[in-house]
Amino acid sequence: MEHIRTPKVENVHLLDRSMGQRKASIGTLYLSATHTMFMEKHPETCKEIWILHSMVSSVERLPTTPAGSHLILHCKDFRIFQLLIPQEKDCFDIHTSLLRLSRPEKYSELYCLSFNPNVNKEEREESWNFIDLMADYKRMGVPNNLWVATAANREYRICETYPSELFVPKSATPAVIVGSSRFRSRGRFPALTYFHQDTLAAVCRCSQPLSGFSGRCQEDEMMLQAVMKSNPGCDYIYVVDTRPKINAMANRAAGKGYENEDHYTNIKLHFIGIENIHVMRNSQQKIIDVTEKRSPSMTDFLWGLENSGWLKHIKAVLDAGVFIARAVADEGVSVLVHCSDGWDRTAQACSVASLLLDPFYRTIKGLMVLIERDWISFGHKFSHRYAHLDGDPKEVSPVIDQFLECVWQLSEQFPCAFEFNECFLIAVHTHVYSCQYGTFLGNCQKERKDMRLEERSHCVWPQLWKDRANFMNPLYKADLSQCQGVLRPNTTPYCFKMWKGLYNHVERSTSPRQSPADFLTAVRAESQQLEEELTNHQERIAALTGKPIMWVKTEVKRRILPVQQRDCGPDPPPAYKVPVPTPAQDHGTLEAVSGKTKKKYPTLPLGQPLSGDDLSHWSDTESGVADLSSSGDAGDECQETQVDFTATGINLFKHLHQRSL
Amino acid sequence: MEFSEHIKTANVEDVVLQQPLHPPSRGTLCVTGHHLLFSDRKEDSPRQLLVLLRNIDAIEKSVENLLSYYGLFSNTGRSERVSGSSGTIVIKCKDLCVLQFDIPGMEQCLNIAQSIETLSCLDCVVEMYPFFYRPSNAIPWDQWGLSNPEKHYTETKELHERWRLSTVNQDYSVCPSYPPAVIVPTAISDDALKKVAKFRQGGRFPVLCYYHRKNGMVILRSGQPLVGANRKRCKEDELLLRCVIEGSDKGYIIDTRSPQKAQQARMMGGGFESKSCYSNWKRLHRQMERGKTLQESLIKLVEACADKSHNMDRWLSKLENSKWLSHVQTALSTAGLLAECVERDGHSVLVHGSDGIDCTLLISTLAQIIMDPSCRTLDGFLGLLEREFVQAGHPFQQRCAHSAFSHARLQQESPIFLLLLDCVWQLWRQFPLALGFSEALLLRLATEAYASNYGTFLCNSDMERCALEVKKKTHCLFRALLKPKEREQYTNPLYEHTKLAIWPSIHPQSLQLWRGFFLRWTQQTRHLEEVQEEIRNMVNEWGKMPLS
Repeated sequence: MEHIRTPKVENVHLLDRSMGQRKASIGTLYLSATHTMFMEKHPETCKEIWILHSMVSSVERLPTTPAGSHLILHCKDFRIFQLLIPQEKDCFDIHTSLLRLSRPEKYSELYCLSFNPNVNKEEREESWNFIDLMADYKRMGVPNNLWVATAANREYRICETYPSELFVPKSATPAVIVGSSRFRSRGRFPALTYFHQDTLAAVCRCSQPLSGFSGRCQEDEMMLQAVMKSNPGCDYIYVVDTRPKINAMANRAAGKGYENEDHYTNIKLHFIGIENIHVMRNSQQKIIDVTEKRSPSMTDFLWGLENSGWLKHIKAVLDAGVFIARAVADEGVSVLVHCSDGWDRTAQACSVASLLLDPFYRTIKGLMVLIERDWISFGHKFSHRYAHLDGDPKEVSPVIDQFLECVWQLSEQFPCAFEFNECFLIAVHTHVYSCQYGTFLGNCQKERKDMRLEERSHCVWPQLWKDRANFMNPLYKADLSQCQGVLRPNTTPYCFKMWKGLYNHVERSTSPRQSPADFLTAVRAESQQLEEELTNHQERIAALTGKPIMWVKTEVKRRILPVQQRDCGPDPPPAYKVPVPTPAQDHGTLEAVSGKTKKKYPTLPLGQPLSGDDLSHWSDTESGVADLSSSGDAGDECQETQVDFTATGINLFKHLHQRSL
Repeated sequence: MEFSEHIKTANVEDVVLQQPLHPPSRGTLCVTGHHLLFSDRKEDSPRQLLVLLRNIDAIEKSVENLLSYYGLFSNTGRSERVSGSSGTIVIKCKDLCVLQFDIPGMEQCLNIAQSIETLSCLDCVVEMYPFFYRPSNAIPWDQWGLSNPEKHYTETKELHERWRLSTVNQDYSVCPSYPPAVIVPTAISDDALKKVAKFRQGGRFPVLCYYHRKNGMVILRSGQPLVGANRKRCKEDELLLRCVIEGSDKGYIIDTRSPQKAQQARMMGGGFESKSCYSNWKRLHRQMERGKTLQESLIKLVEACADKSHNMDRWLSKLENSKWLSHVQTALSTAGLLAECVERDGHSVLVHGSDGIDCTLLISTLAQIIMDPSCRTLDGFLGLLEREFVQAGHPFQQRCAHSAFSHARLQQESPIFLLLLDCVWQLWRQFPLALGFSEALLLRLATEAYASNYGTFLCNSDMERCALEVKKKTHCLFRALLKPKEREQYTNPLYEHTKLAIWPSIHPQSLQLWRGFFLRWTQQTRHLEEVQEEIRNMVNEWGKMPLS
């Protein structure tokens, strides 16, 4: 609370720039310990916007204008809000508060420790058992006579960032494990992540060896030998170094590096060339810049896309997964994957490979398991990478963003292969950043244990599972030939697209009225219901008559589907109109008062012949579909705004948590 | 002319066919007057391929003569020596499919290649396949086309007060590219129309092409006014336009050229409507590419799609460099502007570029799809194409003579119609529930425009079709597409009528490469086709369920 100087400001203009909103809404801005809230004053719409402080990535204050002061909030989920605050002092206060609130310094300040989704203690404890990794290992047939559990890392003795329960080749003795771990960066020795029952080949992961120019370690060599031996049909393994070779070589100068093929017999070394976290961070910033341009030409856009290199990096990650999956499924060769520390690129490559190899990971529950295993348990540094706390900006990088995007790219190529839809991926993305749940907090299992997160916070997976109806892909059809077994994606560059749904909320907002998914979901639900009723009737008739009845389907004309949101509303709002000035309405808008943006929308372009290349008028607006950002749930929320938010923020938001993200 | 004189070798055995998405197969290749036929003659699962020669855009042949080697080692007869030589023909089709035939025997290979080269670019329309095509379940001859200007006028009752049907062009003497009947303001006499026609490029005087029922506003289209360097005027033309906006304060003229291009056109005898002569009309210029530029853009795009390298930067820069998506963006934004003027601003609009047969038709068609729900059904869309492209005089024969592979020198080729289909696909993708037809229809049309069994896209104008008796001697594609089986295939199972306008987003992120067409022969596109099939099944199953 001590960071909030001004909890409430009236007459604030807000523009949701990421939604392509043109006309600002006017309302009251509230600041609580956890959220920034905006309540629109408009009697009919009563739009509410909740922004979790931990979702704010930057707050920018523009020079004061006569109309007031501008604040621009950039969010980690790529939303952008522009605020116009009448009094400079208020703006200054809000700015200062937000700067502090959006950069917590201690874990104890994080939202998940105060967030209470109205469940009791037992339910909370139960929530942490929702994903059971041991059950998944069992599902893939581990332990078995090739792979066994090891107690070597109990109490995190030999590797702090690894989980305590791990599977290793049966022939690897504790001495070999310990020796190997001493020869690996941060002690991350080779451990099993996925076992492919069809070929008995395995995917293992580790960090780079501390080989330098000539160093070797007998135990480590034995460890790799053991990995090979655990795949009876094959006399070599692939060692996939996901780094560009030049980076791997440079590491040798620092006493690290990669496996020397002269020392390790029976390995084939393969470099993939995924760039490091710093390159990725810069690349994502560039692609964000591209999407934030208000009315780019096609050339600007494609240049920007090329220049960002983002799709190239996504392709590299997917290529890594494809290589591993092919080795395991087609060649039956086990693969050992590493990068430098084995917690970023390795996590990406292993999880993409598992997703390609095993249809289970393409279900909602399966993806949760996959993330829990390859990311959370194997010590991906969530708190550092996603800036949960104010810290070293060089540690921040969109590593899991890239994994989620790979999944999305695959789902575009195989629309029937995934049980979940884009919204699920976006929901996971949001929670990775939001700190609303304890699931993604900390940098490794040990840290989470030390923080006693299971006692102090909630797990996100049961919550997402509860909401799974929203995340279902109606086209999911596991029995379609393209979805069975191993996915074999095409990674030719033309198969990659920009993920608009994540970066561009404009596109997301169009869906409700023109979404085939909603329609098909409703179709599927109704079909199922009718089938059930049919079966019920059949059973009842059978019970009454004593003999089963053959039911013949009759041809019935197609019906109209009663889907609420598909009803057409009024005409679309003025969107990409060039010619017509609408004088009266425009005065309240942010554009009208801000000289900076005004230039972009000449009010009267008609009359003078416009130059040919003046495409800028045709800006980013999505039209044909009304501004749906506020529709639907506005009604019942209006009541809540009566509450005095200046009191204690936290408790009020308990039951509203879902909306806040 | 006899086709047989071009066919030296009609049959070759033991040919290996390589076709995208299929394993290679061995069989017999056969050339006829209009087709290339391949059959593997397998009894259990026969594979046949029938390619219309007209569909072949380019052919590349390479022969390998092993004769000399054989000559060194043996003195056997000629026939055996020839069998040592072989050749390969690569056929690049206008629908972007690439086929490869490995043919034993150099001579046979060259003969076949030569036949294909000659027969695939016959210029004489009446010798083209549509004049020979006789489908088994043909539609009666009297049912050619979906509608005609007379019927269109009669059906649009709202028009009758201020607009009339003029038959001034009955014998195509006033405007060779117009149909015999057109809709013009009632107040303008046929004599005046003749004068206006002399003042407009190609005789294309302003005619009505769309009436917006919501507010009574209209879209007209024409050729450019022949103002010339000495600022010629035509008072009938001015009067005609004045009549159009009677009772309204103004109208818009959308010129599909940049102001500079329009200025330059004056030096060549063309020009634009000056403010002083057309006082209540406001001109809006939008530079749209056409002609050669557009054709080259298509060629570059197809080239980029064929690049199999795994270099992302190269792909994106080639995609950008082709500019195709920029043309899509411009077309949609200009159409959006047109629709906006009519629907939101409530004013009538005249559209023209220079000839008024390319971009003009493109944007008036798109604008109608955006605004008018009746153009978004399967029947409505085909009707619109018939009205706005076929009857309105888009020169299909010239524009679609060659596609992206041809090495021939470019003449009048330009993929305006393909650009239209691409733009409609973008609409279809952005509004998956608003259009009554499927992507398969757009793909079919894209193929048929370049090579067809039907007469619909033959010739350059109604006049030419009339002279060659196309309507009597060929079959109509639009009719065929509406037969029950085809209708089932070409409707959008998700379609739901909406009376709202569908305003497309023209943000670069919202526009995509039309994979279904440009990457049609890749596995990935097959997956997406399977998905469409899946959706159709789902909706059909649901539709068939009895209500309990």
